[in-house]
Amino acid sequence: MSSSESLGFHEPFNEEQIAGVFAETPYLLEVEGVRKAFPGVVALDNVQLRIRPGTVHALMGENGAGKSTLMKIIAGVYQPDTGEIRLHGKPVKLPTPLAALDAGIAMIHQELNLMPYMTVAENVWIRREPMKGLGFMDFVNHAEMHRMTEHLFRRLNIDIDPEIEVRYLTVANRQIVEIAKAVSFESDILIMDEPTSALTEREVEHLFAIIADQKAHGVGIVYITHKMDEVFTIADDVSVFRDGRYIATHLAKDINRDILIKEMVGRDLDAMFPKETVPIGDVALSVKNLSLEGVFRDVSFDLRKGEILGLAGLVGAGRTNVAETIFGVTPATSGEIFVNGKKLIVDSPQTAMRVGMALLTEDRKDTGCFLVLSVLENMEMAVLQDRYVKNGFVDQRTLTAECEKLKGMLRIKTPDLYERIENLSGGNQQKGLIARWLLTKPKILILDEPTRGIDVGAKAEIHRLISKLAGEGLAVIMISSEMPEILGMSDRIMVMHDGHVTGFLDRSEADQVSIMHLASG
Amino acid sequence: MSNEVKTQAGPAPGAAAAPEKKPGKRKLSAEMGILLILVGIAALFEIMGWIFRGDTFLFNPQRLFIIVLQVSVVGLLAIAVTQVIITGGIDLSSGSVLAISAMVAASLAQTSDNTRAVYPALTNLPFIFPLIGGLLVGILAGFINGSLIARTGIPPFIATLGMMVAARGFARAYTGGQPVSMLSPNFTWIGSGYMPVIIFLVTAIIFHIALRYTRYGKFTYAIGANPQAARVSGINVGRHLIIVYTIAGLLSGLAGIVTAARASTGQAGMGLGYELDAIAATVIGGTSLAGGIGRIGGTVIGMVILGIMTSGFTFLGVDVYYQDIVKGVIIVAAVAADMYRQQKRKV
Repeated sequence: MSSSESLGFHEPFNEEQIAGVFAETPYLLEVEGVRKAFPGVVALDNVQLRIRPGTVHALMGENGAGKSTLMKIIAGVYQPDTGEIRLHGKPVKLPTPLAALDAGIAMIHQELNLMPYMTVAENVWIRREPMKGLGFMDFVNHAEMHRMTEHLFRRLNIDIDPEIEVRYLTVANRQIVEIAKAVSFESDILIMDEPTSALTEREVEHLFAIIADQKAHGVGIVYITHKMDEVFTIADDVSVFRDGRYIATHLAKDINRDILIKEMVGRDLDAMFPKETVPIGDVALSVKNLSLEGVFRDVSFDLRKGEILGLAGLVGAGRTNVAETIFGVTPATSGEIFVNGKKLIVDSPQTAMRVGMALLTEDRKDTGCFLVLSVLENMEMAVLQDRYVKNGFVDQRTLTAECEKLKGMLRIKTPDLYERIENLSGGNQQKGLIARWLLTKPKILILDEPTRGIDVGAKAEIHRLISKLAGEGLAVIMISSEMPEILGMSDRIMVMHDGHVTGFLDRSEADQVSIMHLASG
Repeated sequence: MSNEVKTQAGPAPGAAAAPEKKPGKRKLSAEMGILLILVGIAALFEIMGWIFRGDTFLFNPQRLFIIVLQVSVVGLLAIAVTQVIITGGIDLSSGSVLAISAMVAASLAQTSDNTRAVYPALTNLPFIFPLIGGLLVGILAGFINGSLIARTGIPPFIATLGMMVAARGFARAYTGGQPVSMLSPNFTWIGSGYMPVIIFLVTAIIFHIALRYTRYGKFTYAIGANPQAARVSGINVGRHLIIVYTIAGLLSGLAGIVTAARASTGQAGMGLGYELDAIAATVIGGTSLAGGIGRIGGTVIGMVILGIMTSGFTFLGVDVYYQDIVKGVIIVAAVAADMYRQQKRKV
């Protein structure tokens, strides 16, 4: 076997090289020259992929790299414009998801596709229910279905009652059921699209055990993830995609994080996080023993002017709740908040805004955008609380001019301010929401996942902007699940685990390992 | 759809000079589309009038007067429900609130000639008393609607359905089902001649301005578009909803006063089913039941379309049952067309 050096990172996939790197085993699945265009975008261009049996093949790439589109093609959801898919060496057509299932390809979707008012067992076996007949009429054999579910769950070590309705399950348990369902098809190929995003650490371990079991059965697993650690934990092969193009395939044991990141973003890390060092000023916000019963407890920290405080932790650690409590969305049950040294009881967002706080929420669609309203209306809504209004009338001329200025400054790409915000890309929507808060001239800016789901270019622009704002003396709290972002942007990092703060790290001492250590409790 | 349009009403007073927009970039507004439909329907009736009746439909002043008069009362309810629907809610109670308000207003407007007045001690009052009485009833009903919705989380459909039934009950119980008659001329003046039309148009202009150029209007759209985002943007969503429903009640009360004054009597059955006509006009006018989208201008046009259809069918001698069938079809078609247009924009 040759080493990974022979695999040029940006060279196209090469038959001989790959044959040398990988074992002689025939591939389970081969994708070659696949292209898929949607109106206005080419989602995939001349893409390839090869899956070996009994391995985990991780797909890496930024949002919009085309991973999900490729998986949907393999799972029969989309049809490729050109290119070929071969199963066990034979070309196949997969016109529908059912056809793919029948061919031995099962997919666990990013969105949960379970029926909430049906039981776990019914969900797992839907369309494949065991029947018992009366000769002229068939009924579902519930006892048999129950037995089959128990058998499946025992094999996968799952402890969920098969008769419970899915709506009573936690999101994590629903995900587990979804995974069990996919396994129950006994497919040759199992596609997992970010399966751990809703899972806690313990459940992730459980999932990895299931994956190991599947590998042992010779199943080829395609694993899409954004989490670098997972790749190095479970993947055998790694393929990288960028902007709809295939970049490279490696053996996981032969490469490292830096190379992967470089391939994914196509540039160096430094360029992405242009953090300027700025003088840190007085304490702007001080939080003492802040608690929200049943959610988080005893959170204390000081935030200074010009400082970017990164808030790290795993999903479900309570970071978003802390942000929402400080901003008054869900008022604290105990603890104190001081702004510029003065104690403040924050019982509503209005109170928080009055002292110069701003909160960019985590979910752009749910709590951020007014989707059916114009970009202008989206930008102006917060500032109207206390400015640009005379006797109830909006001073539209001045306000529109202000918004135009911000649109230029943030380089928001839109035909004009009167375009509906839903027609903008994620990154431009996010910039619009940032503009909403910049208009209020905040002193304390809380950003919850400011770059989630937006493309690389816009990401870098937003990072630059955050850095610049801190430089102007704003106190910034930034919640992020992306390690590089936290490490690249923060002056200080506060790490949370399971509703409490597990530690603070200085920029100089923080790295991925130290954060993960604190984040896992 | 949310583009600035300066075709209607003048710029608002003071600071609210209409926002500037580069000419030529303006897209065809939703109102223009509905206006074309209105013109088409009117032309159709005119043509059919000449074919089937040998007579003009449109160029008959008396008929036009009746149309605008009919439109005016329901139109007040339609304005009320438009702003409610923009918040993502609904108001089913407006027809019933109209009735109870008409009853109360009429009972305070009786002349002393009436030996069986509801309040024999309160006859020959200046018209301001029945006016305020009627409006207060509407305000109270709207406030109850708004409070139920904002403070308890009861869905608007249920809260206002309850009010619709209860207010009708109050209207009947108020006089044991008896009409309230012999109203003083200084009160009935409110409903005489073109007064209802003037009241409707002035109200429409006020609310057009309020929705487009004031903070009240901006917040109304914001709440309908995304209540959670509105809350996080610092809008007191609960308080704003109470204000919106209270104003809707006030307008229903005003419609009750106009109705009683016009008919010179208050009757418990007044306004029966008006709430549905009001909602229909709003929907035809392009307001989205999902919230966040809608214009008073569209509602006014939607109202006129309904008025012309009713009058036109009667003019052509079409059976009233068939009128309702066509009306139903038009309502669904209007919404379907709107949804189609939205869909097309997204692709």
